[in-house]
Amino acid sequence: MDQFTLNLLFVGASFALYIGIAIWARAGSTAEFYAAGRGVNPVVNGMATGADWMSAASFISMAGLIAFTGYDNSTFLMGWTGGYVLLALMLAPYLRKFGKFTVPEFIGDRFYSPTARMVAVICLITASITYVIGQMTGVGVAFGRFLEVDNQTGLFIGAAVVFAYAVLGGMKGVTYTQVAQYCVLILAYTIPAIFISLQLTGNPIPALGLFGNAVDAQGVDSGVALLTKLDTIVTELGFAEYTTHHSDTLNMVLFTLSLMIGTAGLPHVIMRFFTVPTVADARWSAGWSLVFIALLYLTAPAVGAMARLNISELMWPNGTDGEPVTIQQIGEEDKYAWMATWEKTGLLGWEDKNGDGKIAYFNDKNTEKKAAMEAAGWGGENELTKFNRDILVLANPEIANLPGWVIGLVAAGGLAAALSTAAGLLLAISSAVSHDLLKGQLTPDMSERNELLSARVAMAVAIAVATYLGLNPPGFAAQTVALAFGLAAASIFPALMMGIFSKRINNVGAVSGMLVGLIVTLVYIFLHKGWFFIPGTNSFTDADPLFLTVQSTSFGAVGAILNFATAILVSNATAAPPKEIVELVESVRIPRGAGVATDH
Amino acid sequence: MSDKPENNAYWASNIRIVTWCLVIWALVSFGFGILLRPMLSGIAVGGSDLGFWFAQQGSILVFLAIIFFYAWRMNKLDAEYGVDEQ
Repeated sequence: MDQFTLNLLFVGASFALYIGIAIWARAGSTAEFYAAGRGVNPVVNGMATGADWMSAASFISMAGLIAFTGYDNSTFLMGWTGGYVLLALMLAPYLRKFGKFTVPEFIGDRFYSPTARMVAVICLITASITYVIGQMTGVGVAFGRFLEVDNQTGLFIGAAVVFAYAVLGGMKGVTYTQVAQYCVLILAYTIPAIFISLQLTGNPIPALGLFGNAVDAQGVDSGVALLTKLDTIVTELGFAEYTTHHSDTLNMVLFTLSLMIGTAGLPHVIMRFFTVPTVADARWSAGWSLVFIALLYLTAPAVGAMARLNISELMWPNGTDGEPVTIQQIGEEDKYAWMATWEKTGLLGWEDKNGDGKIAYFNDKNTEKKAAMEAAGWGGENELTKFNRDILVLANPEIANLPGWVIGLVAAGGLAAALSTAAGLLLAISSAVSHDLLKGQLTPDMSERNELLSARVAMAVAIAVATYLGLNPPGFAAQTVALAFGLAAASIFPALMMGIFSKRINNVGAVSGMLVGLIVTLVYIFLHKGWFFIPGTNSFTDADPLFLTVQSTSFGAVGAILNFATAILVSNATAAPPKEIVELVESVRIPRGAGVATDH
Repeated sequence: MSDKPENNAYWASNIRIVTWCLVIWALVSFGFGILLRPMLSGIAVGGSDLGFWFAQQGSILVFLAIIFFYAWRMNKLDAEYGVDEQ
């Protein structure tokens, strides 16, 4: 059976499973559509949150970004896991005690203001749409590869599938399908990693192999640490050392902080904690989520480092001081077959610039290396002209020459990751529009049937917008997603946190805080990435940012600080919240009395 | 509820626990993983140093420990102050 058929088989089988579960658990009432009757066990909820959380950014994109940068991109690992600590300690138990369905509902009630609720809806939609753009980028890559079409066609097919999928079921369908998706995606991520770790280090656990010694082709310990070997080969090719710190420290700290705060401010993750039965369960549930997430996150740095080593060795089969790989080898040898398949997506490219029949891969911005390569006769230009970071994880099993079924499994896993997160986000967007905006504000007497209908229309519009913007994504999947985190960090998290931990923050303070955080961050992003991400409309670049060394992806932390400061200043200058709000805050802080969650 | 002093004591204990947990949270990630890494560079871990290990593995493991500790500790605290769900 050829690889194409095998991929189709794996992807088809996994889809049949999800759709089967979605039909079996189809949502009936609005309460079920949003929160699945609050009957979800913490371990199951943790697994579903894991699938919801680990998107195309984590699965497809992150290891590639780590592979090509090394230590500096550890920020993704710490940021996207550290946020769960904030969520578990500062939000989850209290929001569960409050016992409503959506994030804007909490903000509207706590700050006793329909305006606050509306502003929260706007913040939520802005962050979620940006996030969906990142997912669409990943979906385009995954569909492009396994259907062997170009990236853009892959994106359109992906959008259609996401639409059909998300509209089918509500939260309940989503909860159980997401458990299935978690299983598919974690197997798809770890199985190839285990194979590769065994090949390179002889250790079946990738996280341990990463810090172990490299072994040779016969499996004999070489006595050299894997990371030392990697550092050596990348420096020989003129790149920066893998394990050392190169980037700006301030930016690295702020970026990590943005991702952490953003994690705790993203509506589709917070919504999960509305669905556990008790406050105590909400605390455990955050821990279980992180257990399931950590399985992937502890493996990702190993995947990145090992792939970088494999690619460097493939391009220099005779060692870095020997001859580079020849075009003939790429065309004929099995271990290079992945290059031809990925070339079709337009995301991988090479060009024999000096016409010597060889493809020399090195850092041609390093003048010393450039001169050395010219002297060696391989030309002064890097000939592996295009290597999109987002293809690394999907191409990884092919690069390591693993069996065909592993490649099929990884295609299914990448799609599971992208689809589950897109569905979770679309649910958050649609509930914000139908439940908070229409039912809560504009047309309070809307029937349940119309509420569900408007939820589905909102999903369709969100997908269309995200697909359109996804044609020109502002970065690789994980970078686009990082922008969404910055927006969530600057707008939603501070309002939620102050709503619980302060009795003094009032309606005017919260609204001005959210607006300042959102607008300043959004403008900062647009100034660097182009207005509405349209290329060429930017005034600054992340290489030379407007404010100190703070890149647009890291600005969320600054936005959050502005949000806190504005809310505190404005609140102290205006009237304190009324007595019943103070009582609401006090009741949210104490678990007793939960479970009498109010229906809307 | 505001007139119940035991509820205020419960909340004060919660804030104390949260604060300590967050200190450790920041220490392993921003501290050991980034800012204090040069100080840990003498401790070799498999081809790199302890700071690199904390940035790519250790911080995540500590985060897990913090969350489970907090859940356990708070559920105990709820019972001590009689504010647990019945």
